[in-house]
Amino acid sequence: MIMVADSELQKKLASLGIQPGDEIMVASGERELKGILIPHHEFSDHGIITIKLGSGYNVGVKASGRTRIELLKKADASPFGKQQRGAEHTATNELRRVAFAGTGGTIASFVDYRTGGVFPAMDAAGIVSLVPEISRICSLEGRNIFSVFSENIGYQQWCVLAEEIADRLNEGYSGVLVSHGTDTLSYTAAALSFMLPRLSGPVSIAGAQRSPDRPSFDGYLNLVSAARVSSSSDIGEVVAVMHASSSDRGCHVHRGTKVRKMHSSRRDAFRSVNAEPIAFVDDEIHFLSDYRKSTSGRVRADTRMENEVALLQFYPDMDARDLLKWTDGKKGVVVAGTGLGHVNSGLVDAIGRLTAKDVPVVVTTQCLYGSVDLNVYATGRDLIKAGVIDGKDMLPEVAYVKLRHVLAHHSRPGDIRKAMMNNAAGEFNDRRTGLDEF
Amino acid sequence: MNSDPPAHIKAGLEIHQQLETEKLFCSCPSVLSEQVSGLVLRKLRVSVSEMGEVDEAARLQTAKNESFEYEITPNSCLVELDEEPPHAVNMEAIRVGLEMALLLHSAPVDEVHFMRKVVVDGSNTAGFQRTALLSMGGWLDVGGRRVGIQSICCEEDACRKMERKGDTVTYRLDRLGVPLLEISTDPDIDSPEMLKAVARKIGMLLRATGKVKRGIGTIREDLNISVRGGSRVEIKGVQELDMLPAIAENEAARQRRLLDASGRLAERKHAIEHGWKDMTALLSSSQSTVIRRSLSAGSIIGGMILPGYAGLLSSGGQSVIGTEIAQRLRAIGIHGILHSDELPAYGVTEEEKTRVSNELGARSGDAFVLCAAPLSRMDEAMAAVVTRALQAAIGVPEETRDAKEDGSTAYSRPLPGRARMYPETDVLPIRVDRKLLEGIASGLPEPFEEQAVKIEKEFNLHRQQAVQIAEEGYGKLFTDLSSRYGNPAVLARILLNNIPEAEREAGTSFGDLSVLEGVMARLRDGAFAKEAVPGLLVCMLRGRGLDECISALGIGGMTREEAAGIIARIVNEHSDLVRERGEASVGPLMGIAMKELRGKIDGRDINALLASEVRRVISSRDA
Repeated sequence: MIMVADSELQKKLASLGIQPGDEIMVASGERELKGILIPHHEFSDHGIITIKLGSGYNVGVKASGRTRIELLKKADASPFGKQQRGAEHTATNELRRVAFAGTGGTIASFVDYRTGGVFPAMDAAGIVSLVPEISRICSLEGRNIFSVFSENIGYQQWCVLAEEIADRLNEGYSGVLVSHGTDTLSYTAAALSFMLPRLSGPVSIAGAQRSPDRPSFDGYLNLVSAARVSSSSDIGEVVAVMHASSSDRGCHVHRGTKVRKMHSSRRDAFRSVNAEPIAFVDDEIHFLSDYRKSTSGRVRADTRMENEVALLQFYPDMDARDLLKWTDGKKGVVVAGTGLGHVNSGLVDAIGRLTAKDVPVVVTTQCLYGSVDLNVYATGRDLIKAGVIDGKDMLPEVAYVKLRHVLAHHSRPGDIRKAMMNNAAGEFNDRRTGLDEF
Repeated sequence: MNSDPPAHIKAGLEIHQQLETEKLFCSCPSVLSEQVSGLVLRKLRVSVSEMGEVDEAARLQTAKNESFEYEITPNSCLVELDEEPPHAVNMEAIRVGLEMALLLHSAPVDEVHFMRKVVVDGSNTAGFQRTALLSMGGWLDVGGRRVGIQSICCEEDACRKMERKGDTVTYRLDRLGVPLLEISTDPDIDSPEMLKAVARKIGMLLRATGKVKRGIGTIREDLNISVRGGSRVEIKGVQELDMLPAIAENEAARQRRLLDASGRLAERKHAIEHGWKDMTALLSSSQSTVIRRSLSAGSIIGGMILPGYAGLLSSGGQSVIGTEIAQRLRAIGIHGILHSDELPAYGVTEEEKTRVSNELGARSGDAFVLCAAPLSRMDEAMAAVVTRALQAAIGVPEETRDAKEDGSTAYSRPLPGRARMYPETDVLPIRVDRKLLEGIASGLPEPFEEQAVKIEKEFNLHRQQAVQIAEEGYGKLFTDLSSRYGNPAVLARILLNNIPEAEREAGTSFGDLSVLEGVMARLRDGAFAKEAVPGLLVCMLRGRGLDECISALGIGGMTREEAAGIIARIVNEHSDLVRERGEASVGPLMGIAMKELRGKIDGRDINALLASEVRRVISSRDA
């Protein structure tokens, strides 16, 4: 919660030694209200004091010059940002050990029920106290390695996570469970998929679309299912484990390089695009398609990535000069073209100028579902002549992450092209079957 | 009702009224729907609060391990499904709430903050109900007495419960999110009749806003009630105003019985020291259908001794603590319970009773209970038995009970605790400033008395009718429709008589009275006669449109000439009667003519046509 610049009121409260959480009395006119001072809501009006009444309701009270405010009782300790008491859970020998790595996001936050303030869970015990059922599936051990909103997660966090996962697996944990905000979950899943080419156990990433303060918290099922995958499957991939439907019946296990958030708010926002999910998880794991099995041997995190890569979505009237401006200084470019992978004819030349400077340009489709095919129309053939790399059925975001990884490992154009065309982590799927709803 | 003297009670009311607006946090229509287009299945789990505490009511509910199935209806969207955050609050609902605040002299808050009230019985998909306090304090006068108003809140209605199958409860999403006003009075009410009077008066004020829904289920009353020495018990979901006194009487009697039992218990040694014993083998050959059915369903029979409780479980043919225990068990989904005060019965013999009693080591003055439940749940079941038995010592435990249609109540859960409310961060606070309040104040309905005087004068109605129209909250509607379409006397009869009668006959109610606009317009245009209105209303209540009903009932307006033709035929067919009785035959012929012409042409016109035809026939014959 942000304190709005409401300096008069803040000064008045401060001069009375009043802080959020304290019990106060506010009197104006004939009305006297007693309650707990709540931090100022970002969108509350100026001069409004919010207090929680004995009935549990919060109300806003306008404080004017004539308003009397009295401190009745200091809060025992700061009620804000208090650490959730983790439930005691004893690891029994029969349960497999799963390493937990928290990164923040909706899934691992607690609400202070008195004030509505939200603060993060700090460790595995906190997660188990949220989702006690995990303690019957595995012994979850670990902590938050960082706590950021998922839109602020990027390369730096991917490196920390990849190293953490490698270390834990090398210590003998059966698998790893990562909690992650949903907005960029699929980018992280793709990055880890390329950074961790060989895994000795499953790495599952779970998020939540509803916050844990709610009885309808969807992360409950996602975390339980992810714990099941990480503790008792032979998957050797990075996977996202999220609701399979709007119902709390089970989760889909999505390949890290094929998954995408396809809805801003629904529980079943995550879909395998151009691929079947690897599995459906309820009380058991039901496999639906092939997957890479875990391997024995030491896990090595190969975290090198090129920073100077751009991801651009083509739109009508997109200007060649703009394209060149935005890609100036970039070492590689991913374009999400229309349909089968097209851009307007003006851009074809600009792309040709980039590839002529040995800046690889990968073409993907903004349709997301279906594959690029540059052989069908003249524009596609022109793009081939301009030297683009065919992104096939790879998601634009995955192509972006992959190109960053490839560019950090190869410098010759031929090698880059070859590496980009190599199906390194299941990012391509040659056989797209069925006519299910997408 | 019982033979006890009139109950001296201390009671307060909570009135929940649905508003006739869009839903509170989305633009779905606030209607019920019989169309179901899909189902989702959900679980709700209660999370720990910041103090590591969990609301006891919520915890018990989660312990039931229920699944909830939600029926998706055309009038629900992703908001009701808990798949999308709430949209901006429906300000029309807030305005009606503030209007009620002004009518009840209740002081509005300066800024409204919506809260999440944790409810995990599945009735809300999110596991909480969004609710906000709009105003505090206030009063209303009823029958010369002043009753305090505690608060007015605006909240979203819950899903409709459709059925329960085992651990799965099915709800329908249609009602979820319909705006409700909750008006709570102080516990100033001291008699069952006064409860009804207060509820009636508040209902009148609500209707006067012109923005509330009408019909069964659109207004629900909860009451908080205690007798001297008793405790606060919350009774939820009274749908019929007329049931309030009976429910209050019954609850007062229940509390007195419990207080009496506690007094008797205090004179005895009644420590509950023993755990339960398995009685399955002992009763395996019992002929009792209750026991046989339980055993074949895989349950076991547990027995538990309640030392010192003999005669308290039921007494004088009236169940006291026994019913209380049974209701507690039912609330956690366990149904099979028998106790020693009611045995032998239900096929359990005296001999079986003695054997159980001996096996449990019961002595004179002791009671026992037998409980059928799966082995895995017996500890939980017996813990509930012990908890309720121990509470007998304190008399009346505080709890929430559900109102039943017969005026009785049944235990539903402990009173919800404080931990259950926290801020709804997805909804912005709403500033209630002077400008907003002045706008609302300028549109307040006039007091009923003034409305009645105006209606009486302007439309030439009987005083009594005018008062009734005002008090039923129809003042605005009546004035509006009568000014535009005339026929005030007909409209008064429609509102006060025809509609209630038609609703009784059709077994359903009009959600709102917007249908009257068409009825009054068509009546003015002579599309049908006023006598056709009752039939029309019933037809429309059965779900058909106005035009459809007019043609289905064959009441399409008739010209005077057409009617005159029919009347001439009728008179001709009954020429004997006319010959015999002369002009006095108009009376009996009127009945015959009405049968054919009711609703097609005004009754007065029929009478006039008939009289003139009879006169014509007589005079032509005489000539």
